[in-house]
Order: sequence, then C-alpha cells, then structure tokens
Amino acid sequence: MKFLFDSDTWQEIYGSIRKNKTRTIITIIGVLWGIFLLVVLLGAARGMENGFKKVFGDFATNSVFVWTQRTDTPFKGFQKGRRFRLNMNDIEALKSEYKDEIKLLAPRNQTNNLIVHNFKSGDFQVSGDYPVLDQIQKKKLISGRFINQNDILSYGKVTVISEDMYKQLFDKGEVAIGQYIKINAINYKVIGVYGPSNGIDLDGDTAYIPFSTFRKVYNRANKIDWMVITGAEGIDIEQLESDVLLTLKSLHKVHPEDERAFGSFNLGTQIEKFMGFLKGMQFLTWFVGIATLIAGVFAIGNILLITVKERTKEIGIRRALGATPKSIRQQIILEAVFLTTVAGMLGIVFGSLILYIIDSTVGSGEDAALVNPTVNIPIIFVAFATLIVLGTLIGLIPAHMATIVKPIEALREE
Amino acid sequence: MIEIKKLHKSYPIGKDSLHVLKGIDLHIKEGEFVSIMGSSGSGKSTLLNIVGLLDVHDEGEYYLNGQLIKDMNEKKAAILRNKFLGFVFQSFNLISYKTALENVALPLYYKGMNRKERLKVALEYLEKVGLKEWANHLPNELSGGQKQRVAIARALVTKPKVVLADEPTGALDSTTTDSVMDLLKDINDEGMTVFVITHEEEVAEQTKRIVRLKDGVIISDEYTKAAKAV
Ligand SMILES: Nc1ncnc2c1ncn2[C@@H]1O[C@H](COP(=O)(O)OP(=O)(O)O)[C@@H](O)[C@H]1O
Ligand SMILES: [Mg+2]
Repeated sequence: MKFLFDSDTWQEIYGSIRKNKTRTIITIIGVLWGIFLLVVLLGAARGMENGFKKVFGDFATNSVFVWTQRTDTPFKGFQKGRRFRLNMNDIEALKSEYKDEIKLLAPRNQTNNLIVHNFKSGDFQVSGDYPVLDQIQKKKLISGRFINQNDILSYGKVTVISEDMYKQLFDKGEVAIGQYIKINAINYKVIGVYGPSNGIDLDGDTAYIPFSTFRKVYNRANKIDWMVITGAEGIDIEQLESDVLLTLKSLHKVHPEDERAFGSFNLGTQIEKFMGFLKGMQFLTWFVGIATLIAGVFAIGNILLITVKERTKEIGIRRALGATPKSIRQQIILEAVFLTTVAGMLGIVFGSLILYIIDSTVGSGEDAALVNPTVNIPIIFVAFATLIVLGTLIGLIPAHMATIVKPIEALREE
Repeated sequence: MIEIKKLHKSYPIGKDSLHVLKGIDLHIKEGEFVSIMGSSGSGKSTLLNIVGLLDVHDEGEYYLNGQLIKDMNEKKAAILRNKFLGFVFQSFNLISYKTALENVALPLYYKGMNRKERLKVALEYLEKVGLKEWANHLPNELSGGQKQRVAIARALVTKPKVVLADEPTGALDSTTTDSVMDLLKDINDEGMTVFVITHEEEVAEQTKRIVRLKDGVIISDEYTKAAKAV
C-alpha cells in the first residue's frame, strides 16, 4: 500500500495518462456517462415520486369512494336494472361491522345551487358533511373554522366556503365570517373560508354545510349520495373495499356477484399501481445506469488493453531497467482505478449539477413535474465504491497481459 | 564476471525449432571490454539477451557474478538486471514522453531511490555524457548520438557491473559512433565490464577482445591491439 502514497507512483501515472490523451478522454467519458445517467435518472425518479406524493398532499391515500348505480342481476324477486340508494343505516352497519378496519367514514350528500350575497351570485356545489371530512381531506382554512359536531346537532344554518367563492361573492377586503349568504334562498352564516388544498381536491369550490342541515333542507330523509371510507393503519384497503361492498350488497338485497350495482373507486389501489410504476422506473434506472457503468468500465479495460499492447515496447524497456512484474501490474491497475475514480467523480458532479438545474427550473411551483429531485448520498457512495472495485478488477486484465509478455519479446527490434 | 559453459538455445518455429546457439563457451572477467562480431542472424543478440537475463537458455550453464542463473523467475531477474546490468540498445529505447533526465533516473526509481536523490544522480550522469544542458529535453528533441549517450547514462546510473550494448552504434554516423565508443572506453577504464555487439570492424577494434560468432558457435576469440597497447 505504501506505493499509493509515493509521489513517484503518481508521477509515473500522470506521465502515462498525459501521454495517452485520447485514451484518457474516451475512458473518462465512458464512465462519466454511466454514473451521470445513474445520478440523473435516480434523481428524476425520486423527483417524480416526490411530485406524485405532493399531488396527493393532504388527502388520506388509503380511501375508497362508494356510490350506487343500477343492478345488473335479478335477485330475490327483484328485476335487474333496479335503482336504489345508500342510506344512513348502511353507515351504522358498516361502522359496527368494521370497527377495527375502518378509520373514518363520511356519508356525503351534494347538490348544485345558486348562491347569492347582496348583488353578487354564482352557481356552486353545496355539500352536506360531517366534521370527519376535515380529517379525510384537510381543509386549509384561511379564516374561521370547519363544521363541528355542534352544528350537526343544532341543524345550524352555517357554511364554509372556498376562497374563490369568497372572491366571487364578496367585495374586496370585506370580512366574510359572520355574514350571511343565500343558498337556494335560505340564509346561511359564513363560519369559515378555506384556501386551495394541497394535492387532490375532491370537491372543488363547494359550500360545506352541516350534514343534518342538508338532510332537512333538501328533504333527503336518511338517503345519502355516496360515502368515503378510510382504512385503519395497516389495513389491506383492497380487501376492505370488497368486504364493504359485500356487506352493502347483502343490506340492499343485491346479488353478491352483481358488478354494476355499486360503483367504487379505490384511491389506495390506484396509488399503489402508480407507486409500482415508480418502483419499476427506479428499477429500470438502476438497470440502465449500472449497465452503462459496466459498459464504461469495460471500455476502460479494453482501452487499457489496447494501450498495453501499444506500450509493450515501453513496458519491455522498463523491465530491462529493473521493473518487476509487480510494479508494472500496480501501475496499470492504478491507472485504471485512477481513471475510473476521476471519471466517476466528474460524473457525480455533472449529474448533481443537472439535478440542481432541473430543481431550480422545473422543480418548484404548484404543478412541478419533478419535486426536489435528489439522490441519496449512500447510494452515490455505493455506486462509487462499486465503480472503483470494478475499475480494479478490469485493470487486472491488461495488467496481467502486460506482465506475461517476456521483456525480450517486448524489446525485439522489427 | 560472466561465465558461460556449453550454452545452447533454440527457438521454436512452428513444429520445428531453430537451433541458434550451439554450445557457447565464454568467460569474461571483470573489467573486460569485449565485442561480439558476426553476420546478421548468427545469434549475437540471442547471446546478449541471455547474458542480460532478458531471455533464458535451454542447455549449459551461465554464471553471473558467480551466481548460477537457473530457473529465474521474472521478479528475481528484474532485481538482478537492476543491480548488475545496464543495457544500451541500437534503437536507444528511450521512453518518449519522459525527458532525458527522467529517462536516466528511471532505473533508480525501480531501485527505490527517492525522487530528489534520483534526479540529482541522474544529472551527474548526464553531465558525464556531456548532456547536462539537455536534461529537460524530450528524446525527439535530441540527435541520434545524443539519444544514445542518454541511453548510456541510463545504463550506467545504477552503477552496474556489466554494460551490455546491442549494436549501440548501428544507427549512428561515424563521428557520433566515435563519441559513443569513446564513452564506452571511458567507462571501461573506470573498471566496468563492457560487452558490445557490433558488425563494424572499426568499432570492434576499439574494444580489447573480439569474439567472432558464426552459425551459433564461436569461431575465434582474440585480444586486439588496443588491449596489447595497455
Ligand atoms: N524469438 C525468436 N523466435 C524465433 N526466432 C528467433 C527469435 N529471436 C531470434 N530468432 C532467430 O534466431 C536467429 C539469431 O537471431 P539474433 O540473435 O537476433 O541474430 P543477430 O543478432 O546475430 O543478428 C535469427 O535467425 C533470428 O531470426
Ligand atoms: Mg541482433
């Protein structure tokens, strides 16, 4: 190991690297490209993942939405094509049957209405909700509060509106909280204003009113439009979805194999699919990156092999002057390692630079495709170490070739 | 210094083998200045390469400095070469990307001498061959004679016991030939054993002993006038 710290060793390597400029440049480019690709692709994949996570933002990702359609199979005396509605009994039944599996359960009723405030008006969605909605999709309240249990119990005529609705219905600078707006000709007191949510937005611009109030005002009895179910921690959301659907089918006398009666959308499964795609991307990245790296290292080996042949004479001279096979081997291996190391470092630097540029140009803002594209330092270290090991191994071949040629053969005059 | 007994060497050529050295007996004592003459292909280089441990013989015995050379591995050979032998080649064999000084210093590198000392010693030897001013020039900036003198300085720098020169003047004109031969004579005067291959009579006559080789055997071995003059 002493030879590693010997300035002469490096002097010799510097000399031969400078002498073989083309070789040096080609090899460096090969490996540089490999590690550059690895860094950039991994960073991009990470950025995509981050961006994707941002899209879901504050939305509970293990959620299932369930609604009703028409049956497609006759069952228990009912014709096919029967229409039916979800109701509050379903909610209670699910809550008791899946105590442990369901974390949150939100029945929802929605409609569209004209909303008026003084001389301004607009057509918006109106939604009857429980406070639990705020847990499924965190509302970013700019002022005031969301609907609470008291509002539900007292059938309060209160509403929470979006910032855009506020802008449309109120004058600039006007305080909305405490004022009344007319929804379908009934006065509601504004108790909160919310801003745009992070990521997925289920409802858009909606006036939220207490579930109980909605039910009374719009005469819904105990019928509901649809429901959002969130799975408890560690629950197989797909399993929960099919269990819940089966329960609902039996409650509504729907054939267990009826495919059309209930509609459902499983956000968890969709996300998993996309995450799987991301994993695939990452795998592909590794595959491409490593393949390129290996190709680069082989290129180094190959070029060293060629130069060893070109340098047979020089090696012969050195051996006539007393170079042992070991010293020749060391020098060639060290050249290989040195070239791979330098190329690797340059690749990492350039790759990081590109990631930095990507980050500062398209990596920020509301709908950035890549968010915070980074590569873990340990990954870089592993890649780098692998590179050096490969460089050493590949250097062994030309090093061996250099020493099996007898000095006399190397020196023979043509 | 060099003792060779019934030495044989053949090269395999396809299925056959070419018998190049057919029983050479040669004894060179320390301080001798010997030239080997013979037509092209007579086996001169082969003999010199065996003496220089660059090649191995098939049969017979070879003692270098009293040590029997047998079953040499490359590492041992390299060390012995570095310690006892200095080489001068017809085509100089300088390393093209190293300066004259670095070329001369190279054998000392393999000896393990540190760089500073190495360059100092190398410069002394360059001065000795009259090329101190050319120390930092690359080989392609030097004339043939200068190159050969750099090569000689390189051969001498480790203070070898024997200098082996394979047609050192083969690529030089007559003036530079003389300067190179004068240099070799000086070295010999200092007590070093010098072993030169040549096919030029004038060159051989400047040495002290001429060994003539023909078809792999020694046909004559005589001291020259130069030797008798001493
Ligand atoms: N490595 C080798 N393989 C085969 N034949 C060789 C080899 N080296 C030399 N020879 C042959 O051996 C003979 C002697 O060569 P050499 O010693 O170089 O002669 P000289 O130096 O006297 O001209 C020549 O015929 C040459 O072709
Ligand atoms: Mg010859």
